[in-house]
Amino acid sequence: MAERHFKIWRGDKKGGGFVDYKVESEPGMVVLDAVHRVQARQSTDLAVRWNCKAGKCGSCSVEINGKPRLSCMTRLNQFPEGQTITVQPLKTFPVIKDLVTDVSWNYAQNKKIAPFKPGKKGTDGNYRMQQRDIDRVQEFRKCIECYLCQDVCHVLRDQGKKDKFVGPRFMIRLASLEMHPLDTEDRVPKIKEEYGSGLCNITKCCTDVCPEHIHITDNGIIPLKERVVDRYYDPILWLVRKLFRKSNIEDGKNRRGGR
Amino acid sequence: MDISEIQTIEHDVLVIGAGGAGIRAAIECARQGLNTGIISKSLLGKAHTVMAEGGVAAALGNVDKRDNWKVHFRDTMRGGKFLNQWRMAELHARQAPDRVRELEEWGAVFDRTKDGLISQRNFGGHRYPRLAHVGDRTGLEMIRTLQDFCVHQGIATHMECTALDLLLDGAPPLARLAEGGRVAGLVAYWRETGRFVIFKAKAVIFATGGGGKAWRITSNSWEYTGDGLGMAYRSGAELIDLEFTQFHPTGMVWPPSVRGTLVTEGVRGDGGVLLNNRKERFMFKYIPKKFAAETADTEEEANLWLEGKEGARRPPDLLTRDEVARAIKKEVEEGRGSPHGGVFLDIASKRSPEFIKKKLPSMYHQFKELAELDITKEPMEVGPTMHYFMGGIRVNSDTQETSVPGLFACGECAGGMHGANRLGGNSLSDLLVFGRLSGEGAGKYIKKLQGTPKLDAGQVNAIIRRATDILNRESGTNPFLVQEDLQDVMQKYVGIIRTADELKKGLEELKRLYQDAGKVKAHASPQYNPGWNAAIDLPNLLTTAEAVTRAALTREESRGGHTRGDFYFESEEWLQHNVVIRKGKDGNMEVAKVKRDAPPEELRKIAYASLEELEGVKVG
Ligand SMILES: Cc1cc2nc3c(=O)[nH]c(=O)nc-3n(C[C@H](O)[C@H](O)[C@H](O)COP(=O)(O)OP(=O)(O)OC[C@H]3O[C@@H](n4cnc5c(N)ncnc54)[C@H](O)[C@@H]3O)c2cc1C
Ligand code: SF4
Ligand code: SF4
Ligand code: FES
Repeated sequence: MAERHFKIWRGDKKGGGFVDYKVESEPGMVVLDAVHRVQARQSTDLAVRWNCKAGKCGSCSVEINGKPRLSCMTRLNQFPEGQTITVQPLKTFPVIKDLVTDVSWNYAQNKKIAPFKPGKKGTDGNYRMQQRDIDRVQEFRKCIECYLCQDVCHVLRDQGKKDKFVGPRFMIRLASLEMHPLDTEDRVPKIKEEYGSGLCNITKCCTDVCPEHIHITDNGIIPLKERVVDRYYDPILWLVRKLFRKSNIEDGKNRRGGR
Repeated sequence: MDISEIQTIEHDVLVIGAGGAGIRAAIECARQGLNTGIISKSLLGKAHTVMAEGGVAAALGNVDKRDNWKVHFRDTMRGGKFLNQWRMAELHARQAPDRVRELEEWGAVFDRTKDGLISQRNFGGHRYPRLAHVGDRTGLEMIRTLQDFCVHQGIATHMECTALDLLLDGAPPLARLAEGGRVAGLVAYWRETGRFVIFKAKAVIFATGGGGKAWRITSNSWEYTGDGLGMAYRSGAELIDLEFTQFHPTGMVWPPSVRGTLVTEGVRGDGGVLLNNRKERFMFKYIPKKFAAETADTEEEANLWLEGKEGARRPPDLLTRDEVARAIKKEVEEGRGSPHGGVFLDIASKRSPEFIKKKLPSMYHQFKELAELDITKEPMEVGPTMHYFMGGIRVNSDTQETSVPGLFACGECAGGMHGANRLGGNSLSDLLVFGRLSGEGAGKYIKKLQGTPKLDAGQVNAIIRRATDILNRESGTNPFLVQEDLQDVMQKYVGIIRTADELKKGLEELKRLYQDAGKVKAHASPQYNPGWNAAIDLPNLLTTAEAVTRAALTREESRGGHTRGDFYFESEEWLQHNVVIRKGKDGNMEVAKVKRDAPPEELRKIAYASLEELEGVKVG
């Protein structure tokens, strides 16, 4: 099989640069395979994160030829033969070493979000939800926490507003809670004040890179922004809706998720 | 080294592993008011549990009202070829429904039935649709739910922190550890910096998963190097049932880079069928006597079952995993395989593209993106892949305590629950049930504990020296190459069907590999250094490989996930025994054939009852 050329960023907090590597390719090979081959045969200390090698765990996020991607799902044959493939760490997060970045900020954002708070169970001890009412929430819950959307979002990446905006990943986490038919917590004020929904200007770059094809902006962020606006301008409408929703939870016909 | 200079963190309980079992255990510890810490090799939410696809088994009875814990228990025992620890299988079947409902209370969003209840799907060996699921990403739903719940329980999570070895109070230094003592803590290192950390703890819970990384073709990730088994073994705990290794019948076989990656059993549960290169549904030829009464023997009947026709029996494609894996191996060996050495798995001709994309979205993407194949149009190519360890650390069935006081184990790294073969979906439920019980067990242990266990500086130093030697050596072999070598040995000599000759050759090879592993060298600094990390894992992987091989050589019969080419039958004698492994006083591995306790009469009756007797019964 053909030999392929790679430029892989090597370095740490203090700095670094691209190093050239050549790898024999084999059918079906993905970028992560190539990185592993370098690791096993040429540089055993080359740092990279991975677990599932099947697009399920969100560990292996890097930037390939400048685009945020899962390295385990990016096949070499997507790039023309002879083209050098560059692999570098996510830019939005501080480098630890080589392709590994410090993503702990994301875990801190998650912790700030008020947890799920379910209402009462039905008399038979079960919660009831209709499939159509949870389709949307399930879409958000497909998130594998790869943080590619966080990496690409210009509010975090270019403007560096990590203290003001939780980023697209956590906007859809919020949406998954807010649209959960059983949830009773109210997170709207914080979505506006603390989590920074207003900072997103709907460029949809996050949606474009999401490997799970979650409609982050259209289905998650925009509805949240609407909820903020509703609350802000029309508290009465909000109260009516809230009561209406409550009574619907009890007979299991809630349609909150089914926008 | 003066150990007061090493970072020290103190907890009542330290949980090793942040998969489903570890997080569930930590939640239980926190509930009891214990100061709880949890460490994991990877980031939170990335453990194996996240990869589980098909579902979590629990007799909720939402889809078929006839289901109840007794039928689940019976299925589990039959699937395990009656070698399961009876009490564990009982606790599991009884408690799984509550554990699943509890997840819903914590925010999990399972697929629904028409009545709005948790939906359940069919899976191999389960009599009724029993697996609560979310499409084919159930593990993700489960781990995210646990993770999001856990971070609000005051549990300290230490990520990318790898455990090296236990510290025992009242035991001689590391070299001769197998001589007793109680848990005092554990030494670990941070991946990021390569620095060491001492955890002081009154109790430690292992939830480290299996050791599938000892094989070349596997669905397991780099984390599965049998660390829990190795650490437990070195500190004197016993291992049980290690000969039972599950080769999942359907792993990807093409392209080479994804060889071994799992194709969920959900494909067959939702209607997919296995075909050989003559387009025959070959599984009809491989129905064993004991399942004949409950398995469809014609394609017509199998099709009726798929349509949900009452009374139709399930297709043989859904026989237990050991049966299906052996059948595939046979078809391939006899020249009826697919172009790349597997067989075909076809759902395209059985279900509509919309159905497939809705029920099996990640399989659809996995094949589309990694194999450039559209599973709604073409059959997949699949073959057996090393998947799961039935065996593991031997524990008390009720408390999950090992033979080392203060050491507990749960999840895949613990043995006994699944006997000779695990049913699909029974692992995710196992994690929840026994994760919780181990937390309870550790709580009770700590309540009764007298005095504070003392750390021993000699042990700490010996553990650290072992790890730093790898860096300090002048020169040495590449750890990744030794690991690959080991994988080839296990793949070759300890496969789906084993013989004494092969196993003995395997042991010879392992002897050589122990030598090689003692000479590996990691280059550069310890900071996030995968070569060093892999070198550190090697002894655990080797202990695991040796234990599996020795156990396999000892059990002279074929049962479940252990098939001996030279003893191709089930033996009454071996039904009465488990293989137990421990570190001997001389430092060598001791293998014992241990007589099993007679089962409680009530459980025995249920396990051998006819279905009619159990279907009507109220859940008791
Ligand atoms: C692809 C795939 C699909 C599956 N599908 C299903 C399914 O549908 N249904 C089902 O029931 N089962 C399924 N299984 C099996 C099931 O997922 C696993 O058995 C189960 O998740 C194991 O959980 P656990 O909590 O025991 O371990 P894991 O989830 O693997 O967690 C192990 C943890 O231990 C940590 N660890 C290990 N060693 C150390 C160390 N030295 N120091 C610190 N931390 C350590 C790891 O970092 C990790 O956090 C599947 C498995 C795979 C691989
Ligand atoms: S749509 Fe909003 S969240 Fe998404 S990338 Fe653009 S600004 Fe960021
Ligand atoms: S929303 Fe998509 S891109 Fe963002 S973290 Fe989740 S899976 Fe990744
Ligand atoms: S390794 Fe899991 S998503 Fe790439």
